[in-house]
Amino acid sequence: MIGTLLKRDLGKFFPFAGGGAALPVVFFVAVAMLYPFAVGPDPQMLARTGGGVVWIAALLAAILPLEKLVAQDIELGVFDQLKLRGLTEEAIMAVRLLAHWLSFGPPLILAAFPAAALLALDGPTLHLLLLGLLAGTPGLAAIGLMIAALTASLRAGAALSGLLLIPLALPILIFGAGALARQDQASLGFVAATSLLLVAIAPFAAGAAIRAARDI
Amino acid sequence: MQGSAAPSLSARDLACRRGDRVLFRGLSFELGPGAAMHVTGANGTGKTTLIRALAGLKTPFIGQVLSSGAIGLLDERTGLDPDQPLGRALQFWQSVDGCGDPAETVTLLVLGPLLDVPVRYLSTGQRKRAGLAALLGRNVPIWLLDEPLSGLDARAMEQVTALISEHVTGGGIALIASHQPLAIEGLTTLAIEDYAPAAERLP
Repeated sequence: MIGTLLKRDLGKFFPFAGGGAALPVVFFVAVAMLYPFAVGPDPQMLARTGGGVVWIAALLAAILPLEKLVAQDIELGVFDQLKLRGLTEEAIMAVRLLAHWLSFGPPLILAAFPAAALLALDGPTLHLLLLGLLAGTPGLAAIGLMIAALTASLRAGAALSGLLLIPLALPILIFGAGALARQDQASLGFVAATSLLLVAIAPFAAGAAIRAARDI
Repeated sequence: MQGSAAPSLSARDLACRRGDRVLFRGLSFELGPGAAMHVTGANGTGKTTLIRALAGLKTPFIGQVLSSGAIGLLDERTGLDPDQPLGRALQFWQSVDGCGDPAETVTLLVLGPLLDVPVRYLSTGQRKRAGLAALLGRNVPIWLLDEPLSGLDARAMEQVTALISEHVTGGGIALIASHQPLAIEGLTTLAIEDYAPAAERLP
């Protein structure tokens, strides 16, 4: 049952698959492309600041899929029907978290290669950037899922979720981009730890949010 | 029907509210194998809330819901993906349930010509029949049906009523909230307005 659900969720959210949107990845590369046009093509400055820009682009790209992530399936009654078939909300949300991360984490990590080329990032910086995104995107996905579930029953939920994600994602951004500034892998440990904690609590928080939305 | 233990569904002294308003209270009933109950009441009196409480999707304000046997729910929200063709959307639920061929149900409900049509293009009645097909595919003993006849044409209404009768005759339980009269043998009626709190009772 879990496998079938994961397959459906991936079909819904994975870029270029069925109904999935490629928009976050396109957005991510577009920011990297626009940055040199806005601040000038000085390679040294681009190399110094480019890594941070990629992180900001990743964070903003994480906001884009949130609108459809949970609200649509509440409206369709999918979660109700799954619950009647004996799945807990926590399990449903854990599957959704995995599908959400798979649909935007790995594509973003792949898109970091062209982004790094556009911003003239050197090898060691790219290495830290990729490791950082690998450690940070699960955390971004978890924050996104919790926010999407909490705001699903609100009318202005979509607009609100963007505003809520930014402050909550700050620790990941600070440690992730900080690793680039100091060329030091140590702070990526903090990114990974933050992600781990968020991934652990997200299914429970999001599951409780769905249950609460039913009881209104 | 299915499963070894006899299905049952009962409510004990049930009260539910929506927002701050208590919709009904002191509602008790017991349904055994082969029982069918028609829940009647004007719009907004709590029929849907009762069904959701019985399905375990809503926590009752007071009281208890006891059930043995799997519960199937048919309401406005069928859980069928609007972007998928009907065949694929039904197939997803079929594979979640681990049931075999949906062909029989599809023929029974005349959904064959619609299998390639995306769910969002279906009419209300067609969508309702599709939801019923998903329910039939589950083969569960307890049916909770919220307005199963709304939006259906005369022929489909007859068909759905016959399906419910067949389910009940086979030892299943059906609880139906509907504004339409139902021609089902042995049907009991529960007027939900009888359980409205005194202040809310309509003159």
